[in-house]
Amino acid sequence: MKALRSGYFTGAVLGAIWSIIAAWTMAVAVSLSAGSPAVPVATGCLAVGVVSGLGAAFQLRPIIVIALAVMAAFAAVVIGIGPLAAVEGGGSSIVVSASSLVLAVAIAGPVVAFMTGLPGGAMTRHEVEAAIIRFLTGFGYLFFTAIVVIPFYVMVMTSLKSQQELLLNPLDFTVDLSKGWDLFRGYGELFTRYRFGTYMWTSFYVSVVTVLVTLLFSVPGAYAVARLRFRGRKAFSRGILLIYMVPMIVLALPIYIAFSVTGLRNSIPGLLLIYPVTTIPVALYMLQGYFRGLPAEVEEAGLMDGLNRLQVIAKITLPLSLPALASVSLYVFMIAWNEFLLAFMLLDDPAIFTLTRAVTSLNSSEVPRQYLMAGAVVATVPIMVLFLGLEKFMTKGLTAGSVKG
Amino acid sequence: MTAISPPRGSGPLARREARLAWSMLLPTISIVSLVVLLPLLAVFWISVKPVTLSDLRPPAPIVREDLRGRPATAGDEADIRYRLRNSSQSKEIRDVVLSDVLPDGLDVRTLDPRCQLDGRQLTCRLGTWQGGFRDELRIPVTVGASYLDGGDVEASPPVIDGDAENVLTNLTFTTANFASIFDGGEFWTAFVITLVYTVAGTVGAMVLGLFAALLLNKSFRGQGVLRGLYLFPYVAPVIAVAFTWVILLDPFSGSINTLLVRMGVTAETINFFGQKPLALIMVIVFEAWRYFPLSFLFILARLQSIDSDMYEAADMDGASPFQKFWYLSLPQLMGILSVLFLLRFIWTFNKFDDIFLLTGGNAGTRTLTVDVYEQAFAVSNIGAGAAVAVVVFLCLVVFSALFFRFVSREEGL
Repeated sequence: MKALRSGYFTGAVLGAIWSIIAAWTMAVAVSLSAGSPAVPVATGCLAVGVVSGLGAAFQLRPIIVIALAVMAAFAAVVIGIGPLAAVEGGGSSIVVSASSLVLAVAIAGPVVAFMTGLPGGAMTRHEVEAAIIRFLTGFGYLFFTAIVVIPFYVMVMTSLKSQQELLLNPLDFTVDLSKGWDLFRGYGELFTRYRFGTYMWTSFYVSVVTVLVTLLFSVPGAYAVARLRFRGRKAFSRGILLIYMVPMIVLALPIYIAFSVTGLRNSIPGLLLIYPVTTIPVALYMLQGYFRGLPAEVEEAGLMDGLNRLQVIAKITLPLSLPALASVSLYVFMIAWNEFLLAFMLLDDPAIFTLTRAVTSLNSSEVPRQYLMAGAVVATVPIMVLFLGLEKFMTKGLTAGSVKG
Repeated sequence: MTAISPPRGSGPLARREARLAWSMLLPTISIVSLVVLLPLLAVFWISVKPVTLSDLRPPAPIVREDLRGRPATAGDEADIRYRLRNSSQSKEIRDVVLSDVLPDGLDVRTLDPRCQLDGRQLTCRLGTWQGGFRDELRIPVTVGASYLDGGDVEASPPVIDGDAENVLTNLTFTTANFASIFDGGEFWTAFVITLVYTVAGTVGAMVLGLFAALLLNKSFRGQGVLRGLYLFPYVAPVIAVAFTWVILLDPFSGSINTLLVRMGVTAETINFFGQKPLALIMVIVFEAWRYFPLSFLFILARLQSIDSDMYEAADMDGASPFQKFWYLSLPQLMGILSVLFLLRFIWTFNKFDDIFLLTGGNAGTRTLTVDVYEQAFAVSNIGAGAAVAVVVFLCLVVFSALFFRFVSREEGL
């Protein structure tokens, strides 16, 4: 065990593992961005990784370690065991060779960082673990960024490609700028032929009305549960949470029947009757948590000064809870905007589709995938803009409301 | 002399407060019972009724009216014809009554025995119609001049009414729905798949979330950006990400398959969402991918509230980084992790959209919730769908009971 704690050993092992991870990442990145697939070659990768690991363990200056790694990669490329190799029939070898050298930097740089401040010879348990943790951190950032970015990248890029280009080379996500505005043909078609403008507007006002109705019902309810003493308060607050956990699919069936019989199916009012009810429980739950956290003394002072309860709510509680109201509104807006099941079951008439329902209708073999992905982008962008613009509120809303899936 | 005791019962102030509370809760209670409790009862009701999709339109008598013959001058003869039909091919309608107002200028010559004429009001009692019933009712009339001056027999639409058995509201009950879902191994297969999906998806999302939370539990430049980025899978609409995954993993022209084949990892393309064990694994991976942000937010919030004194003490005692994680962070996180597990378990169990969009419940991914939809709409047996829904609901009640038992201590609910 002691022998394994040598800096040279740790450096070589971490370098080797990292080189494989980096090489695969690089290969996928090159393939997806340049459209020419490349594969990692184990020998070359390991060589570069071990060189950088040992270099770092010998306490060489970082720039020298990187230079060594690049030289090792260059040598490997020349011999033909290069860290990356072009795949037969695809891709230019120049791109691949160049990316081999970039890869060498991508291997050596982090490896040096993992090993900073560690002695070359015998290491303590702390030092080994610190190196491993730094390695895991580097891997973690790479891993999470890749799994999040790749699907969204593919979504956006696919929406800019014609069906033929997609079938010809599914890996080629390069954007042909010479096409100019023609790149956005998918979006143009969506907004003209498929009436996505209308759907967007429908989704928007359905979501906004849902938010308003939800607040209208949940603010008094939450206040009562949080502040007023009455028998059955605890049972009520549990009941709300319980109702919140009833799966929508269980309710969707009778609602479908009732709406079919009463003619509310296929109508926006029908949808607007259901949506707030799915969100009122969570809004109530979130708001009562917040109201409880507000100092009761302020409200009592208001009561002493002659306000009645409703005035206290309007003049003291609500102004104090604006941030919470913003979080709840955003969260409810997100639920309503993203809602799929009810819209899918209750709406058949293309004139009143919501955005999610409309995107589902694009999922057929007759519609090019470009349009489907453009639809997905159109559905995603508004919620992302809201999210990025108001991230603070949104994050709070997600945390408080995440009893919901 | 009376013993001094604290006031018992509730005073007027407390009563007023309770009244106010209930009046503030009333709107919520009423709308929630209308849209949640009522449907819940309805599900139980439907689950013991032989209802199919076609029963949603109950049988109804249908009538069409026109004037046969071409009256040209006053005194010509013609027939008012009512074409009658039962909309259902199988169910009978009882006590059918037709009523209509005859236009001026049409004088009835002979009246059908089933009909009565009261002034210009015609009422016909047509008795019971079997399923698939079709008939014609003719009333011979003499056309008068006033009719020829622009009278129209169709001006007053005939009204027809009858009593039909409505499966939804009558009192025939059946256990066939439950029998049919428990019959054969299908239900238990779905149940096991649901459990595997739920447990694996929940654990996957939590492990990823824990990892991500540990990564971001230090402040550095760009931490906010990364945190925002890592929330993307959860914030984006499910249809957008699900379709992206489907396209990305498409066996014919998906990028991942092309990549794997060109890189020489596999010889042939892999049908990720269409093969038996693989489809379930992919759906679980999707679940973990989509919901790790949620666990990550939760765990990060808890991590940031752990007192740093403990870590300093551990440093003094010479604990290594892994020991600190194992003996300090993890026990501190146990509470939130168990809450999270139960919540996510319930929500994953209830999940419908994801699997429905990714595989449609094919290739061994039919969970109970997807089964509800399939039974009710694909097989159009609403009763059976409701029966599955009842089972799902009962499972949920059990889980919630567990939840409140364990979580109320944690959260102080």
